[in-house]
Amino acid sequence: MATIDTSGSRRSGVSVAAPRARVAKPGANGGKTFNRITAVVLGIFAVIWLIPSLWAIKTSFTDNAVSALGTQAILKDVNPTLASYSALLGGGDLWNWYLASFITSTLSAALVVVFASMAAFAISRMRFRGRNVVFVLLLAGIMVPADVLIIPIFQLLNSVGLLNTYWAVIFPQVSSVIALFVFKQFFDGLPKELEEAARLDGATNWRIYRSVIMPLSRPVLSAMAIVTFVGVWNNLILPLYVLSNPDLMTIPVGLATVQGSFGQRFSDIQASTILGALPLVVLFLVFQRRIVEGVAGTGLKG
Amino acid sequence: MSAQTVGAQPAVTNVPRGDEGQTGGRQRSAWLFIAPFGFFYVCFLLGPSLYMFVASFFDTSIVKNGLGNFIGLENYSALMQSRDFWSSMWHTLQFTIYTVPPLVILSFVFAVLANRMPRGSTFWRLAFFTPYILPSAAISLIWVFIFTADTGLWATVQKWLGSEAPTPVLGTPSLAMVGVAIATIWWTIGFNFILYLAGLQDIPRELYEAAAIDGATPWQQIRHLTIPLLSRTTTLVLLLQIIASLKIFDQVYLMTSGGPGTSTETALVFITKTGFTDFRIGAAAAASFLLFVVIVAIAVIRQLAERAQQKGA
Repeated sequence: MATIDTSGSRRSGVSVAAPRARVAKPGANGGKTFNRITAVVLGIFAVIWLIPSLWAIKTSFTDNAVSALGTQAILKDVNPTLASYSALLGGGDLWNWYLASFITSTLSAALVVVFASMAAFAISRMRFRGRNVVFVLLLAGIMVPADVLIIPIFQLLNSVGLLNTYWAVIFPQVSSVIALFVFKQFFDGLPKELEEAARLDGATNWRIYRSVIMPLSRPVLSAMAIVTFVGVWNNLILPLYVLSNPDLMTIPVGLATVQGSFGQRFSDIQASTILGALPLVVLFLVFQRRIVEGVAGTGLKG
Repeated sequence: MSAQTVGAQPAVTNVPRGDEGQTGGRQRSAWLFIAPFGFFYVCFLLGPSLYMFVASFFDTSIVKNGLGNFIGLENYSALMQSRDFWSSMWHTLQFTIYTVPPLVILSFVFAVLANRMPRGSTFWRLAFFTPYILPSAAISLIWVFIFTADTGLWATVQKWLGSEAPTPVLGTPSLAMVGVAIATIWWTIGFNFILYLAGLQDIPRELYEAAAIDGATPWQQIRHLTIPLLSRTTTLVLLLQIIASLKIFDQVYLMTSGGPGTSTETALVFITKTGFTDFRIGAAAAASFLLFVVIVAIAVIRQLAERAQQKGA
């Protein structure tokens, strides 16, 4: 998918002249030994990287009374229990978090995909006065660190009475300039002839957008939808300040309250961590390629 | 001219240029396409940025309406004299120093090694990338648990290694930021890993084969082929990483809430505290603006570097 590339992370062809490698003894390139060392080193790091998650999983299947005793007790415990999970799934909080995260992430992703692709279509395919101004303004928007704007955004939402609604979480995340640029880049790559035929037939811009451009853009649309969904799902700072009603809390905000409210019930805390992360892990396993492409293409960093 | 040609000809000749009668309609239609996105852009990005800049010159407060009184540069001069502000900037820098080198170097090493492995690419992705898609709140709960004093996993490992009384990582002012940094490295390395893997995909295999025929060792191949060919990716990763680290908020808020004392209070934590706890919007706006300037400066460097590299390429 060389087309989803705003980041410049991919080079087209080899442009930098490769310095000629110094000639070593012919045949003695040590490839096999090197590959074996590679496997071992990478394996060790992979295990280190898996330990925290595995530790959380192990703890979540342990009884609260045992996990309160600490690491050694958890390691020695051989009676896996679903007690923490059934307690959490039996209560209403977790389901409220799921609902809030699902609604806000889905709506934000839908709005970003539709609005950003429309704007990108205009900038990429239409000539109009003020186009350059719009373009430069949006380019500047890429550099604005949205997290730093939390206070004015809070005040704005407060003054229009949107605090403690899902819209307060959704609206500020609709202006994804990065998504717009990914779309623009993609549309720039589509051949002009495609729409010219339609234009000759008298198709309106809206029709060309809907029936010519959108169907061709499915891969980039789904990549942006997923990346936005994940971004909104994981956002903490915005919902933390604009939602104070516990019934509306998204998963990250809900999880943030767990530490305090669960005290030393380590198993319950870790079970809520696993359950809070689970939907995205499933999403990742299903859409692995799309997510990875989307992330590599946008250069979004949390 | 017959009616038929009138109907057909202008369309043919004018499509590339757009004719006079249609220009107005097309202009309007372009703006209509931009309007929905533009509305949110103005309301939630451009507007707040300008408001923040303006408010930084007023004694704006959350408890009263409007901007308050114009006080010029007083917010800024107060910040310059505030120890809390400077220490929050220092902690931000400290966090950036702790996280950027490992996150760039380790992700490079992981990607280069994983790319050489004939099999298991799904496994490596799963191991290194999965933490990145977890909510920051989840990773914080995991790491706070690992760093639990005395009985936590890390304290226990330290005891196995022979330390009698391991110091609590998150409870010690000099170590708390290291703990936050470790959690962050674990969490976000997958992102850089993926960027590097994408960059590696674009290096043609033949280059390595040619180098191998010339007798270059794997190490020489990495030094003389991989590293120079990935320099663009490295610039990107480095600058994105610096910007991300300067905006650190979630892990600090969740793992230490700035403590112990103010030893992990970073710029964004300081800003939200000034705004939401002390209600001093004007002062928070001034601090936001300063952080904003630093981040934008780095973003501009990124743009310039990218352009320079594109020109060189």
